[in-house]
This record gives sequence, structure tokens and C-alpha cells, in this order.
Amino acid sequence: MNAADKKRLLREMLFARRFEERCYEAYVERKIGGFLHLYPGQEACAFGVLDAARPGHDYVITGYRDHVHAIKCGADPKEVMAELFGKETGSSKGRGGSMHIFDTKHHFMGGYALVGGPFPLAVGMAKGIKLKGGDEISICFLGDAANNQGTFHETLNMAALWELPVLFVCENNLYGIGTRIDRSTAVVDQYKRVCGYNIPAAQVDGQDIEKVHAAAKIAVEHVRSGKGPYFLELMTYRYRGHSMSDSNAYRAKEEERMWSKRDPIIMLRDRLIKAGEMSADDYKKMDDDVLDHIENEIIKFAEESPEPKVEELERYVLADNDPWVKGGAH
Amino acid sequence: MAVMMYWEAIRRAHDEEMTRDPLVICMGEDIGVAGGTYKATQGLYDKYGPERVIDTPISENSYTGLGIGASFLGVRPIIEIMSVNFAWLATDQIFNSAAKVRYMSGGQLTAPVVIRSPGGTAHQLGAQHSARMEKVFMGVAGLRVVTPSSPKQAYGMLKSAVRCDDPVFIYEHELMYNMKGEVPDAEYFHPLEGSEVTRSGKDVTLFGYNISVHWCMQAAEQLAKNGIDCEVIDLYTLSPLDRAGIQKSVSKTHRAVVVEEAEAAVGVGSEVMAIINEECFFDLDAAPVRVSAVNVPIPYNHRLEKATIPNAKSVMAAVRKLLGK
Repeated sequence: MNAADKKRLLREMLFARRFEERCYEAYVERKIGGFLHLYPGQEACAFGVLDAARPGHDYVITGYRDHVHAIKCGADPKEVMAELFGKETGSSKGRGGSMHIFDTKHHFMGGYALVGGPFPLAVGMAKGIKLKGGDEISICFLGDAANNQGTFHETLNMAALWELPVLFVCENNLYGIGTRIDRSTAVVDQYKRVCGYNIPAAQVDGQDIEKVHAAAKIAVEHVRSGKGPYFLELMTYRYRGHSMSDSNAYRAKEEERMWSKRDPIIMLRDRLIKAGEMSADDYKKMDDDVLDHIENEIIKFAEESPEPKVEELERYVLADNDPWVKGGAH
Repeated sequence: MAVMMYWEAIRRAHDEEMTRDPLVICMGEDIGVAGGTYKATQGLYDKYGPERVIDTPISENSYTGLGIGASFLGVRPIIEIMSVNFAWLATDQIFNSAAKVRYMSGGQLTAPVVIRSPGGTAHQLGAQHSARMEKVFMGVAGLRVVTPSSPKQAYGMLKSAVRCDDPVFIYEHELMYNMKGEVPDAEYFHPLEGSEVTRSGKDVTLFGYNISVHWCMQAAEQLAKNGIDCEVIDLYTLSPLDRAGIQKSVSKTHRAVVVEEAEAAVGVGSEVMAIINEECFFDLDAAPVRVSAVNVPIPYNHRLEKATIPNAKSVMAAVRKLLGK
């Protein structure tokens, strides 16, 4: 990874961090409702993997902690924020909310709220790619706790059996909602769980974007070359609770302090400064630009956008005027 | 018109749609090499190969989800779930993914899958292989539910369902696969909304769907001998129910009997009666009646099993009671 790419990724991660922090504020201000699952701490996972793939071309699917993955795929952050604000201009026209960001024109195929629900959908997309003969791959980002769902095992089995082009990315943040992984899961190292399906797997430091990127390049190449699925486990940590309704009381402060020293943004920033690629002032300016962009463009857009019309409440339930419902057009 | 069996009609629809569109695939347990438990996919594996006729592991929720995910990319999967009892396991993917994805994506994504599954009480299969689950599916927004009562419908509904952009659940019946009936020789597409007047009459409307249409017809023929003229309506669409069709018939006959193989609670009968209340209450000459199963897990013992499920005789008894005859 060259210096320019590192700087670009630093900015993208910083943007994601500030975006999510601003969501937190908007939630407190009650501009955002429902459940809100934030990404700070885990940025190197989405950016490291997707930068090694082809965002906007490869099909990406994830769970409910989905804003950042959507943005990296190419979703307009204004539309993502407007979605959180419940506006008609939102990515899902205000019908989805935080857990259901979609941007299909950039092949971001959605955030889903049932833990483990996206596994089979991801493999189905891989089946679709294979049938259509494209060179895309399907990438499924989920947390460690999703691996305790039956869909994990059922899906790995089918992915391996049919050699489907799917990359499973396990962002292991050590907690399933409020339960620490060793209290819910017999095998803590998630990559070991896939060996029963003959799927190649690797476990990588998820806080170091260069390591994530290098591992993801190997994984993506394996999948794209037609060799079947791959499983990548990224060891990471979320700074906030599972969602906004989680006070995070179950985690030791010492553990949180330890992980904060391994912040993916700070690590990359310090590396760039040390290498003489940027100065502390450059970083400050980058941060100011990001904050300004979020406040004056993104939040402004979300605030000023109209809400959906109540008269359109029943749109999007079923297709509009599908001729086959009446038995065909003839 | 050729006479064919219900399973042959379903097989023909698969074959025609798969010939037309290489993105139409079918999948399910034992549907390929084994040819399908009810033969509905017989011979397709040899004709279209393992990439398009997929023998799945016994993982109902995940292979259904796989079909749904493939449909996001324009594939048109026909998913067979061997028994509706097993479809319970797939309801997470059917309800949470297929039925909701269009809405929660603001219309960006659709899941044009067809899920076929037989329910019903066959012959002493016991509580876990005898469910009638249509009531569960018909209450979910974003999902179409149809149920063919004849080979012609089974053929034409599958043809339309494959091409429709919405997810469609086709509720079939274990006892009906060998039923014979006429199917048009030319391609035929059955509507996925509406109902059908199977027999026109003036004294009372018998509402049935799937197998219970046949009980209604048998009852109507017997009752005709006693001068009772029944209208029989085939509610081949369970979601959305045909409000206008229900209203039209009850406004004509002023009496209604709703016949279902499932238990009464929270079922097709309750829903049809609610529609009658809402649409044509003042046209009624008598309170509508439900004919339904006893609310028990289906027993194994043959005598107990028979006592659980209604039949043409229970329909006749209900009509006589309703008319005070």
C-alpha cells in the first residue's frame, strides 16, 4: 500500500468515525430514532477489506451495523444520514432506518437486523454471480456472535459444497450484544470453526488496516479466481455499546483502555507522521475538513429533506401493477 | 386440452419456464437426482443439470435464504420445501428477508422467488407431518399466497408466479398430486389475485380453497338433490383475499359457510368472516358459519385423525344447520 492510499484510507476512516459520532449526537437530540449500532473502533475492517476488493462492483451484505460498509461501497453519505433521519431522500426512502441501509446501484445489498440472517443471502448472491458468469464476488460482513446461528453452519456447508464465490468476513469484536465471547461460544477463535467445512481461513489483527488489507487481498483473490469461499476473521473492538440502548456496563474499563491504544485511525496516522508523509497539522486540517463536510453538507441535507408522505405508506409492499398478477399482459 | 395429474402440471410449468429463461432454477430436498418426493421436478435434473436443478442439504432456512439471495441478482428460483411442516424452519428467511426487502429498501430490491410446499393431513403422518400452515403465511405483508385446487391452477399459477416480481408462496396439498384434470395445451397463466365461482348457486355460498373446494363441490352436489342450491367459491388467492369476490357472492346468496382444513383459530375462516362483516353485513340472512379442523396436534390413530379433519359431510351438516333444514 503506497503513501497516497494510506492517506486516502486515513481520511475515509476518519470520516466514518466522525460520521458515526455525529449519529450519536443526533440520536441524543432525538433526530434519529429506533436502534442505532455504531462502528467506531472497527473501521479498519470495512475499509481494509473493501479496499482490497472492488467496492461498487462486488456484492456486499451485512448486519445492522451497516452505515460504514454502505458508504465504502459508494452510497452517498447524505442519503445514509437522511435515512437515519427518516427522510424521503434517505437511501431506503425513510422506510428502512439505521439497520436497513441499501444502495443496490453500488451493489450494497443491505443491512439486515436478524443476527445470522445475511449468511444464506450472501451465498445466494454468490450463486447468482456464478449462474450469470460475472467476475464479481459476494462479501458477507458479520460479527462473531452471528456464528452461533444455525445459518452460519448451514451456509458454510453449501458455500463449500458448491464452491461459490463468497468471502465471509467475521468482525470479531468479542461481544455478542452484552455477552463476552468466551461466555457464549465454546471455540473463541472463529477461524477454527470453519475447518470442518474445508474452507480456507485466516485470523488477522483487525485494528491494523495494512494487515487487514494484505490478508483481504489474498482472500479476495482466492474467491475471485473461482476456488470457492474464504473466511477471514478480524480481531477488533467496538468502542460503544452494542446499540445506543446499551450502557456498556459489562466491559472492564481496563479492557477498553487497552483497545483504545490500538485505535485503527491513530495507529495509521502515527505511522504516516513517523514516515514523514504527513504532519500533525495536516491531520488536524483533515479532521476539520471532515467535520465541516459532515455538518454543513450531510447533516444539513438530512435536516432539510422532506419526510415521506403518509399517502405513500403502502408503496413498496408489492410490485406496482405487475402484469403476471392478472395472469399476464396478453 | 390434455388431462394430466397435478404433479405433471407442476412439472410442465417448471420445464417450460426453465426452457424459456436460463435464470429460472429449481432447488429443494431430493428434487434432482431423486426426481422429487411428489415427482414435480421429475427428469429436470437430466435436462438442465446440477447448476439449475439443485439437490439441497436438509437446511430449509438457509437454502430458502440462498434462493432469496440469488433472486436479488435476477435469478428466478423455484424453491420446493418438501413439507409445509419444514417450512416453519424457513419462515425466518421468507418473512424477514423475502417479504420485507422491497419495503425496507425503499423499493430498490425485490425477491422474486417462488416457494412451493405441500401441507395438509395425509394418511397417519402424525403431528409433525400434517400441518396446515397457510394461515401463518397469509398474514405477512409483502408475500403473495396462492393455493391451487386443480392441475390447471397448479400449472398456471406456477407460470405466473415465476414471472411475477413479488415473492409467491404456493401452498399445495399432499393428497392432491395425483388428482387429474384438464390443462390447456397452450401456455396458460393463472391470475395470482382473485377467486373463482366454481359452481353458481343462489341459496348459500360455500367458500373453499385447495382441497376444501372439493369437499364443497361434493357437498353442493348432494345438497342439490335436496333442493339446496349452493354457490361454491374457490379462494385460490389467500393473500390478498378477494374482497370483491366474497362480497359479490354473499350479497347474492345472503348466507356463507367457510370451509378450511386447518383449525378455526386465526384462520382463513375468521378472515373471510371479517370481510363479510366489513363488506356486506346487512346482506346476511344468517350468521356465517365456519367448518374447520378440531384444534389438536394431528393424531396418529386413523379414527382420531379422521375425526379431526372436516369433509363433505361436515360441510353438508353446516349448510343444513344454517338453513334450518
